[in-house]
This record gives sequence, structure tokens and C-alpha cells, in this order.
Amino acid sequence: MSIDEKLFTVKSVPDNVSHLNPDENECRCCESKACTFVCPANVYEWDEENQKLIVNYENCLECGACRIACERQSLDWEYPKGTKGVKFKLG
Amino acid sequence: MRTENKTEVIVVGGGPAGIACAVTIARAGREVILIERGNFAGSKNVFGGAIYAQPTREIFPDFEKTAPLERKNIIHKYALLGEEDSTEVTYRNNDENAVSYSVFRGKFDRWMADEAEKEGVILVTETVVEDLIVDDGQVVGVKTELEDYYANIVVLADGVNSLLARKVGLRENISPYDVAVSVKEVIKLDKDKINDRFHLNDDEGCVYQLFGGSMLGMLGLGFIYTNKDSVSIGLGVTLNELVENKVKPYELLDKIKAHPSIAPLIKDGELLEYSAHLIPEGGYNCLPELFADGVMIVGDAAMLVNNLHWEGTNLAMMSGKYAAETALQALVEEDYTSEILCRYQQRLEQSFVLKDLKTYKDLMDVMHSRCASFLGYFPQKINEFFKMFTSVDSVPKKEKYRNFLKSVFKDRNPLELIKDGGNLLKLLWSILK
Ligand SMILES: Cc1cc2nc3c(=O)[nH]c(=O)nc-3n(C[C@H](O)[C@H](O)[C@H](O)COP(=O)(O)OP(=O)(O)OC[C@H]3O[C@@H](n4cnc5c(N)ncnc54)[C@H](O)[C@@H]3O)c2cc1C
Ligand code: SF4
Ligand code: SF4
Repeated sequence: MSIDEKLFTVKSVPDNVSHLNPDENECRCCESKACTFVCPANVYEWDEENQKLIVNYENCLECGACRIACERQSLDWEYPKGTKGVKFKLG
Repeated sequence: MRTENKTEVIVVGGGPAGIACAVTIARAGREVILIERGNFAGSKNVFGGAIYAQPTREIFPDFEKTAPLERKNIIHKYALLGEEDSTEVTYRNNDENAVSYSVFRGKFDRWMADEAEKEGVILVTETVVEDLIVDDGQVVGVKTELEDYYANIVVLADGVNSLLARKVGLRENISPYDVAVSVKEVIKLDKDKINDRFHLNDDEGCVYQLFGGSMLGMLGLGFIYTNKDSVSIGLGVTLNELVENKVKPYELLDKIKAHPSIAPLIKDGELLEYSAHLIPEGGYNCLPELFADGVMIVGDAAMLVNNLHWEGTNLAMMSGKYAAETALQALVEEDYTSEILCRYQQRLEQSFVLKDLKTYKDLMDVMHSRCASFLGYFPQKINEFFKMFTSVDSVPKKEKYRNFLKSVFKDRNPLELIKDGGNLLKLLWSILK
């Protein structure tokens, strides 16, 4: 089962603005791109061509791993607004 | 003195720690507001998991009558997974008195919050506390998206990420060595299949702790819990392992699910929900400042987790209760400074909460430095031992034992073996002394 299929089972109310805001300049110099593999929801993808981090914030499970793992400690990370984000039925 | 939007105690976070704290304060007839960012208490929360009967009774004495419980755990299994094989130890106890019950946090936390409301807690949901209001060095309230609320005391029960503790300087940045990333799947299975596959009767449950497998050599643990009509399977791996090994947590879980010892347990199941959460792993050496003027920190926000035993909700509930008792004293004495709030830390120190964390204070350091052997080499050797022991191939037994023993010293540098032994002794000594 792909991660996208797994994520399909999670109920969530996405906001129209991202609560995850990496610092583009720092990302360009970042060697590990740690956020692209620690994230349990595969939110981050590195776009090599445009040298930019793609952030699929709608998939975020709000765990906080990327914030702590960020190599350059430059990820501006907040909780989504109270009415938004994941809503685990089981958890 | 401010009276508008002012209450006696504000508790931030509607998990087990926050709810236990709030309900204890409400029961004493004091005014308490519990602020939760989720749509309902539990909607943001994930665990393995099992709640423990005795500590839960300390907060909700009759919870077994009405709480949404899945199964009463009577079997504990420990499985050392090799690449393909495994060695398992099973402890079964049909004792009437339950030690723990499997639950879903989405249901259980919600139930606890409902009970707390019935006892007078004012629950505010869908509200993120964005910052604390500090006046002359003393925490006097919280800022939310919409409003500011004031209180004599604020209790931070906002979970492992506790952005608030960091904002007021009670906690340093968390290091990737001190948290585990966990992923979990709840897999729907017929009740009868669960009973057959896990050797259970209706309402009886089984807990698995999984070592090795896709996590061989990494600092991580897997788990399986049985629910009424589903099985929860997941794992937690320290964040630094993911960074260093460049692996994705859900791929590790996929491999565990495909392991020959695990796959038959969940065969033909249907994924109901995928989820993820962090676990505080740092333990005693990573505690934040537990109190300051006008504020106390409880539960995961204070890193109060005993990871070896999968205990967290109990430490959360009890720390919440101790903070509440301290707050009640402070309200009587009308002194909300550290002078009084330091009694919260004293209560924790006198209880199992800090005693247990202290017992295991060296565990993580040793495991971080020796996990390649303790969670890689040795589990594999144990499996190899049983492979040798069970094989019937016309090779004389003495020869097999000798070859096995030789392999122990050949496959790992003897100096490293000595260090392993030394670390094991050091660890045992630190636990037992
Ligand atoms: C995979 C996994 C397995 C586990 N297994 C077990 C187990 O089997 N048994 C066990 O006892 N423990 C287990 N634990 C540990 C246990 O889940 C935690 O220790 C426990 O939930 C801590 O309770 P808490 O109330 O401190 O924090 P949480 O349960 O995390 O609650 C914090 C609450 O605060 C809210 N919140 C956070 N920030 C804000 C804010 N700014 N404003 C408003 N609200 C906010 C959150 O939405 C949440 O409801 C497990 C943990 C994990 C991740
Ligand atoms: S780890 Fe941090 S700096 Fe590196 S790519 Fe990710 S967000 Fe950017
Ligand atoms: S908080 Fe967790 S789920 Fe969300 S982007 Fe970061 S790592 Fe991924």
C-alpha cells in the first residue's frame, strides 16, 4: 500500500495557508534534506530542477518530527488553526 | 486586578495529563478551563496502546463501567525479529484484575473529557493556545487565536512538542536523539480471527513488543495491540536513526508487517486509519524546568514517559493530578509563585513518576551508544542459537555448540563484546542500585 493510499484513511480539514514554512535559502544549502524522509506523511519533496522544497502541508499529521529534524533549524512550524488539520477518529 | 476573562486555573491540552489535572481541580470546587486545539479531546492524539487500570482508577474510579475500552490485556508477547525468523516469549495471565486495556485515544480521551465536563470543567475545543501571557516574570494567562484568557495558574499539558514550554524558556530545543517518530495502522479484522490468531477469548487482549526486524540495529521498538474488531500495529524509531539511516518510518512499518512472523496475524485485514505521533524518549536527563511562577508542566510536555515499559498515559495522569493538588494549595494560600509550585516537583520526586525515570536514566545513553549490538547483533544471535538448536542435520551437537560459540566471537570484535558486557553491567547497576 502506498503512503498516499494510507493517508487517504486520515480525516483532515486543510487550511488554505500552510502552517509549515521552510526558509527557502536555508533549504538550498541544506545537505541532508532530513525533512524529506523523517516525515511520516511524505509532506516534503525536494524539487531538484527548481531547487525548491515542495510542501504538501495538507497531508501533515502534526507530529512535529520535521521541526526537530530540520538540519538548519529553519522550519517555521505551527499548529494549524483550531478548526483545521487532522481529526483522528481512532488514534 | 483583572476580572474579565479571568479564571482560577487554565489547563492547556486535553490529553490524559490535562484532563486528570482539570478534573481534580474541578472536584475541589475551583474554577478551571481546559483548552484543547482539536475538534474534540483525542482528535489529535495517537498512542499504541493501552491505558493502565490502577492509575486510571486514581482519576476515574469507576471508568471500567462506562469508558470505551477495547480489550483487557492478558497476554504480553516479546518478539525478537530476525531478517526472516523470530524468537518469542509469551506471558499469559488470566487474572481477574486487569493491568491494562487497549483503547483508541479518539474515543477514550473524548470520554474522559466528557466526564470532566460533567464534574465542572469548562472545556474549550478547537482553540490553539499560541502563547503565554507573562507579567513581571509570572505567567498570568494565555493568548489564543481569538481571545486572551487570564488565570492565577496555567498548567501546560500540551504534549510532546510543547511549543509553549519552549516559548517561556522552561525547555530547551528538543534533540532528534530524544524523541521517537511513531507510525501506526489500525487494521480491521473479524473478532473471531483476532481471537484465533492471538489465542484469546472475547474481550481478552494481547500486547506485542517487537524488537529488530526492519529496525535491526536501530533504536526502535514495534508494537501490536488487539482491539475488539481491529488490530493496532506500529513502531517508534528515534528521530536521529531516521536521519542517519535515511529511512522513512512507514517503510520500516511496511517491512515489519511483511515479516513472516507478523504477516499471518494481520492477513486480509483492511486499513481503517493511519496515524503518526512523537514519543518523548529523553527521560530523566531531558526533563524541562517543571515549574516557574504561575506555571507547571505535566505529562509529555514535561517528557514524562517510561519508554521501555510503554508507559506514558499513567505518568501523564499522575503528574496532572499532582499539579492539580499543588494548584489547590496555591489557591488556598493565594500564592502562585514558585515558592508553592515547587511542591509539584517534590510530589513527582516522591512518586513512581520521577523514581522510575531516575531508575532508567542511563538507559537511553547506553542504548544510543550500543544499539547496533543490543538491538541488532544480539537479537540476531539469539535467533541463530535457536536455529542451531532446532536443526536436525546429522551434525553432532557438540560440534554445533562449538561452532555457534565460535561465531559469537568471530562475528563481532572481542573488544566490542567486552564493551557490550561492560555497558550491560553498567546499565543493570544503574537500574538496581
Ligand atoms: C506510538 C505511541 C505509543 C504509545 N503507547 C502507549 C501505551 O501503550 N500506553 C501508555 O500509557 N502510553 C503510551 N504512549 C505515550 C502516551 O501516549 C503519552 O505519554 C500520553 O498521551 C501523554 O499525555 P499528555 O496528556 O501529556 O499529552 P497528549 O496526549 O499528547 O495531549 C496533549 C494535548 O494537548 C493538545 N494541545 C497541544 N498543544 C496545544 C495548544 N497550543 N493549544 C491547545 N491544545 C494543545 C493536543 O491536541 C493534545 O490533545 C504512546 C505514545 C505513542 C506516540
Ligand atoms: S531539513 Fe530543514 S533546511 Fe533541510 S530541506 Fe528540510 S526544511 Fe529545509
Ligand atoms: S509535522 Fe510530522 S507529519 Fe507534519 S510535516 Fe512535519 S513530519 Fe510531516
